[in-house]
Amino acid sequence: MKEHIDILIIDDEDVVIDSISKIAIMEGYTVDSVGDANSALEKIASSEFDLIVCDIMLPGMDGFQFLASLEAKHIDTPVIMTTGYTTIENAVKSLYTGSIDFIPKPFSVDEMTGVIHRGMKYSYLMRQRKVNDGSVIIVPSPAKYFRLGYSSWMNKDPDGSVVIGATDLFVKTLDQIQRIELFNISDTVTQATSAVTFVCENTFVHQLYSTISGTIIARNERLLTEPELLEKDPYFDGWIYRIIPSELEYEMKLLIPCSSDRI
Amino acid sequence: MRTVKKLFGKISLKLIWVVSATAITIIGVYSYFNIKSQSDVLLAEVERHANQLSETIKNSTRYGMLLNQRENIHEIINTIGKDPAINGVRILNKEGEIIYSTRKDEIGRMLNKQAESCYACHAENKPLEKLAIKDRTRVFKVHADSSRVLGIINPIYNESSCYDAHCHAHLKSAKVLGVLDVTITLNEVDAQIRRNEIQELLFALVAISAIGFIIGFFVKRWVDHPVKELVKATDQVSAGNLSYMIKNLSDDELGALGKSFNNMIKKLDETSQQLYQSTKMASLGQLAAGVAHEINNPLTGVLTYSSYLLKRAKDNPQMQEDLNVIVRETMRSREIIKGLLDFARQSTPKKSSIDVNEIINRALAVVNNQLKINNIALEKEFDSSLPKITADANQIQQVFLNLFVNAIDAIGHDGTIKVNTSQISLSPKGITQIKSAVCPKAHSLMDAEHKIGGMPSLRMKIKSNSNTGYIHLDPIYGNHRHFFGISFEKKDDLNLLCPTCDLPLIDKNNRCPECGGPTYKIQIPNQGFVEGCATFRDNWQRWELIDRAGQKKFIGVNVQDSGCGIPTENINKIFEPFFSTKGQRGTGLGLSVIWGILDNHNGSISVQSEVGKGTTFSVRLPQGDLTKNV
Ligand SMILES: Nc1ncnc2c1ncn2[C@@H]1O[C@H](COP(=O)(O)OP(=O)(O)OP(=O)(O)O)[C@@H](O)[C@H]1O
Ligand SMILES: [Mg+2]
Ligand SMILES: [Zn+2]
Ligand SMILES: [Zn+2]
Repeated sequence: MKEHIDILIIDDEDVVIDSISKIAIMEGYTVDSVGDANSALEKIASSEFDLIVCDIMLPGMDGFQFLASLEAKHIDTPVIMTTGYTTIENAVKSLYTGSIDFIPKPFSVDEMTGVIHRGMKYSYLMRQRKVNDGSVIIVPSPAKYFRLGYSSWMNKDPDGSVVIGATDLFVKTLDQIQRIELFNISDTVTQATSAVTFVCENTFVHQLYSTISGTIIARNERLLTEPELLEKDPYFDGWIYRIIPSELEYEMKLLIPCSSDRI
Repeated sequence: MRTVKKLFGKISLKLIWVVSATAITIIGVYSYFNIKSQSDVLLAEVERHANQLSETIKNSTRYGMLLNQRENIHEIINTIGKDPAINGVRILNKEGEIIYSTRKDEIGRMLNKQAESCYACHAENKPLEKLAIKDRTRVFKVHADSSRVLGIINPIYNESSCYDAHCHAHLKSAKVLGVLDVTITLNEVDAQIRRNEIQELLFALVAISAIGFIIGFFVKRWVDHPVKELVKATDQVSAGNLSYMIKNLSDDELGALGKSFNNMIKKLDETSQQLYQSTKMASLGQLAAGVAHEINNPLTGVLTYSSYLLKRAKDNPQMQEDLNVIVRETMRSREIIKGLLDFARQSTPKKSSIDVNEIINRALAVVNNQLKINNIALEKEFDSSLPKITADANQIQQVFLNLFVNAIDAIGHDGTIKVNTSQISLSPKGITQIKSAVCPKAHSLMDAEHKIGGMPSLRMKIKSNSNTGYIHLDPIYGNHRHFFGISFEKKDDLNLLCPTCDLPLIDKNNRCPECGGPTYKIQIPNQGFVEGCATFRDNWQRWELIDRAGQKKFIGVNVQDSGCGIPTENINKIFEPFFSTKGQRGTGLGLSVIWGILDNHNGSISVQSEVGKGTTFSVRLPQGDLTKNV
């Protein structure tokens, strides 16, 4: 029987490892850490982890290559990517290549706590679904939708505008939503950067990244008073923004078509 | 000698030499003829004078002769002969005997007919006749080393008073009785001629040196100085002083040269500024990335620990306040770094009127150093008459920069990159992409999951007999790489439907002009309808709105490299985001960013490649209308 540890931290800087460990331990998780991706692969072979927090810029094998070798080895431990080189490209690439989340450095304790919490919840949900005892039902997005990572979706309307929202899986990784903070109409949002803030009952703060870039022309005001709409109907009544996209053709290529979820 | 050479550069020296030679020749020829005509005039004067003298002697001795007073005649001749200018006076009789002479010893001597005094009359043994004054004079030297003399003979003709005289010395039949021969020394005249020659020579010398001096002066001023200025400027520029300007420009050709030289330096200065700017931007980007990475890690520690302490200091409001300052300021630093990264990336698109050639040059300037280091030759062939287009200069520069970087990566060391620009106009068929299409109920027919040629296809439901399936139309108008999901008979009664609402897409009012079969008609929002043969027995297709717009004009840019080439199995993937064969060195976003930018500008990019030989990327940017086909 493999040893079970909650979280594996991969980073080449001790201060970062210390910081993440501190946050995780404070939340009551067990952690282990390594300084490069190859040692991480060895660690994974000997121990079992629920979640991996991985830096992108690593000596030798980088974070993306690490993701690829996990996939090649059919290891489905969810990975959260983090980097000090906080570009949108890195965020998009992380989410496109299969990591469940991306958190730019430096992060506040609250941000990191939220991300780890959501990651652990995601990991739990996935494991439950694998067991297939029917207690976990995750409603997939409609086939014509596109998603950024697993968290936000978009749907193109014939009039050229685009509706975006949060996936059922994302909502399920949050604890009871207490408050939703939205951008204002005519604000602009950028792909893979924060567009919605969720404040949950245990005071965790969660960010939802925008699926694509554009200008907000409408927002779902009902969400402000009835946040539970998100859980009830995440793909229709629970929509968040309607936006005029600015780089749709290009950004769509960085999204995952939801039709691929049904195979 | 050296200083002379320094004072007159090579051109000035040559100029002076040529002008002086010409002056010497002209003045020399002129002086020669001038001296000659002056001598002739002088001689003619002496001749006239001698003739007068000879006439005078003849008249004054006439009476003496008639009376045969020999003493008297001697007296007259001797008196006249005393004049120093007169060399001698003598009278010969018909037989050639000297009868009178200023030189006593001559008297009584016989002269040969060939003698100087006789020659004129007896030249061809002709008898004495009337002679013109010119024929009666001659210039000669008595001895080779004596001075010249002019001799004039004056025949004494027979007259009635002679043969009627008492002495009866002469017969009536004789025509000429004798000859008066006067010789005059030309001492004076020759001296005068020599003085003229010297004067002429002096004048020529002065004139030639004056010309040389004047030419030298102006050549130095008009040619030498400006050329020296130019050379100095060139030295300055090659030493790196790009702010050097040539001053005191004249308004001649050299001035124009200087002006264009100044212009060139200014351009050079601007370009190098731009290059500097580009390199600065590039290195700023790298710097920002490095700084971000290096600083964000320690900031993570600061942020975590201070937030952590904050939580533990719940009952110490003073400490909480202090810690909050740390947290707040760290968050601020995070924003500053984010801003720095955003700035280095210059993300906001700004459209303006741009010159594609210039943009390409800017992109080339960024990689120029890399080209040199890798020993890659660059061949440019630009169409200088390209019209300007409206586009985002930075984004278009990014397109070419990415292409050049890829080409350099593909070549490694030693190779060639060729860049050419041109204007092309094409029929809309085969190049216009159908980017959106709807059924009569506005359901979108676009299918991003089934791509044809890398672009979302148009999906329609097809019913033939009892067979149902989907067909995917090629999204490029005029191209026919359709995909048929089912096999069907190409008959007239097949039906095409909207996959969402099953509404028919067949146009009942139209027949295919090629085969007479049914046609489909699909609405393109805001851009009319695309029609086509619904049996697919032929390739008939029509998009009236686009056809009416006529030929489309493009700016074409080819970037050709002699690099490794792209294997066929990869060629369809290279525009996909994150596809890279470069491992850690590439994010695989380069070409997909290019695709995005060109798509945004309604342009396109295509690739041709042969493994081991090289790759050519062809970029097309539309001229004029750049509005997106929505
Ligand atoms: N000129 C070329 N010759 C040969 N192969 C090329 C050329 N241009 C692109 N490729 C291939 O296409 C791939 C994708 O190119 P792209 O520019 O999108 O990404 P990249 O160069 O790998 O990374 P990035 O540009 O993001 O640093 C390259 O990895 C390379 O294999
Ligand atoms: Mg590239
Ligand atoms: Zn329909
Ligand atoms: Zn037909």
